[in-house]
Amino acid sequence: MNRMPQFLLYLIAKIKKFLLHFKTQKKMKEIMTVYYMEAKSARVGGRKVAWITSGGPVEPLIAMDVIPVYPENHGAMIGASKMGTALCERAESMGYSTDLCSYARSDIACATVNGGPIGGLPRPDMLVCCNNICGTVLKWYEIQARYFNVPLFILDTPFCHEGFAEEARRYVRRQLDEYIVFLEKVCGRKMDHDRMREVGRLSLEGQRLWQAVLDTTTLSPAPMSAFDAFYHLALIVTLRGTQEVIDYYTQLLEKMKDRVAKGIGAVPNEKYRLLWDNIPIWHRTRWLSQKFASHDACLVADTYTSAWCGTMKYIDENRFFDSMAEAYTRIYLNIGVDEMARTVIGMVDKYGVDGIVMHSNRSCKPYSFGQYDIQKIVERERGIPSLIIEADMVDERSFSESQVSTRIDAFMEMIKHRKS
Amino acid sequence: MFTAGIDIGSITAKAAVIADGKLLGTRVIFTGYNSGVAGEKVFHELLEELHLNPSTIRKIVSTGYGRNSVTFASKAMTEIICHGAGAHYLNPAVRSIIDIGGQDSKVILLDEKGKVKNFAMNDKCAAGTGRFLEVMARALEADLDGFGTLSLKAGCPSRISSLCTVFAESEVISLISKGEKREDIIAGIHESIAARVAAMANRVGVVPPVVMTGGVAKNIGVVKAMEKKLGIPVEVSSYAQVNGAIGAAVLAMGMK
Repeated sequence: MNRMPQFLLYLIAKIKKFLLHFKTQKKMKEIMTVYYMEAKSARVGGRKVAWITSGGPVEPLIAMDVIPVYPENHGAMIGASKMGTALCERAESMGYSTDLCSYARSDIACATVNGGPIGGLPRPDMLVCCNNICGTVLKWYEIQARYFNVPLFILDTPFCHEGFAEEARRYVRRQLDEYIVFLEKVCGRKMDHDRMREVGRLSLEGQRLWQAVLDTTTLSPAPMSAFDAFYHLALIVTLRGTQEVIDYYTQLLEKMKDRVAKGIGAVPNEKYRLLWDNIPIWHRTRWLSQKFASHDACLVADTYTSAWCGTMKYIDENRFFDSMAEAYTRIYLNIGVDEMARTVIGMVDKYGVDGIVMHSNRSCKPYSFGQYDIQKIVERERGIPSLIIEADMVDERSFSESQVSTRIDAFMEMIKHRKS
Repeated sequence: MFTAGIDIGSITAKAAVIADGKLLGTRVIFTGYNSGVAGEKVFHELLEELHLNPSTIRKIVSTGYGRNSVTFASKAMTEIICHGAGAHYLNPAVRSIIDIGGQDSKVILLDEKGKVKNFAMNDKCAAGTGRFLEVMARALEADLDGFGTLSLKAGCPSRISSLCTVFAESEVISLISKGEKREDIIAGIHESIAARVAAMANRVGVVPPVVMTGGVAKNIGVVKAMEKKLGIPVEVSSYAQVNGAIGAAVLAMGMK
């Protein structure tokens, strides 16, 4: 009998207990390490692994005790580890276009070489693809479904130019039932609807806490910056619907409130407050943070991290599963530019910002399309300037430090003049 | 009070000295590969020309891509704010600046006080900048300095459609082999630059009076092509190339 897998499970349980024992803030790194370790050894514990898109409905997976894994979160890790270029080059040698999203290129290449910072993602038992974030995921997940020879579920969320049509609601709601059927088939057991309701409750509570954490930066000096938020975001994205998320953000909120009470700011001499738009430039977050801090500027909020608590207004806590249809369809990337601009202006007012920094992300058309319009609208409605930085979230070849540095410096010179 | 401005660009390094608000002199040299050395060289050569001792210069502002290599500068500022200050110093009526340098093109809008209201810079690539013209001069085996006057003789400007400088070079070579006149090709090159920069200028909203600065402003052909594309007159000062250095020296005056 092979004792190794049992030993691995035992080891994981021991590590978890050890970490809990100290009653200190479980660090993100520890949580994510355990999370990925559990995912990689899922088979040993008889659990299944699902790969899911960042905007996909994870709650049913949690309710079915399936471990959700996010190729996009992995993509962010690849970018942060500066391993993006090599993986993108591999994808290109496989025949994928340089114009294809760098998350997709990295993930597709990574699967073939088990590359990246954690030696590749664990093999999926199923794939769940929701196109609320973009259309690229459809083909990307079809490729991976063929590569791993596993079943794929697609949740098709129609684009909401204005409002939310009743037909769209019915369409998406019907697919959620199909999603449950799919999960029951792959897992070989029925969904426990009480458990599903519980997970829904936990998900909403987690989102409320995340919103509360993000709200702490409305104060000046902001206790954390968008760059901190990019880091703390991982849990609400990957493990939404678990108690773990609630515990972590409860402690984080306490920590932020404490910093606020003591007047401790993320940027020591916060003079200028800015809003970040688009996915982070994962391979340059520290450089960007220091660059803006050198100008006494703090990125106090962003449209990216707020997206994971942005659709709470559509969730009916007494009918979580039903309202998932609207909540998952009306996300920031699935609405018209006018509504995106209104959201941005809302954040400008809420956080009292002096300017906006927009990452024109080569890899993400849904997020980058409309930025020039939003820039114009914001200038017209609020009279504040926006800087557009051209780069890529993971592919370092699309980042020119000298160019970006000059543009940031010039933008800050302009902000300083406007404010004085 | 004596102040100096040093503008280290991708192709040339410029220096300017101002004494009690009056421009004393300017100098231009090639940057080469060492920005720090170029900064020292252009500064010292200018001072020698003006018979000034370095110790008389109270404050120095550096600008351009090599601005952080000028270790003896009091402060480094971007070329956006320096070109704004320089253009305003030379003509306070100016409201828009189109600066085309070695690898950058920018549009800067000024308010009545000469402060930068808004700006835009070239995205992604350097087609439509001085580098583009250098490559073309090589392909045409022509003297870059003569480009301007040659293009004014053009009867029918060629159409150059490539966005990429390197691909445009191939396109020019094939035009030459097809027998198109040099003047027409050069005029086509100028129109290509003007089209790219005018699109950026219109996006940010140029308002007259418009002035062109940067080394490429010395090319009358590009200036005329810009005027045609924008539909408004474009002024060029004789200090176009050194405008950034002048602005840096002006800003140095305001430093405590």
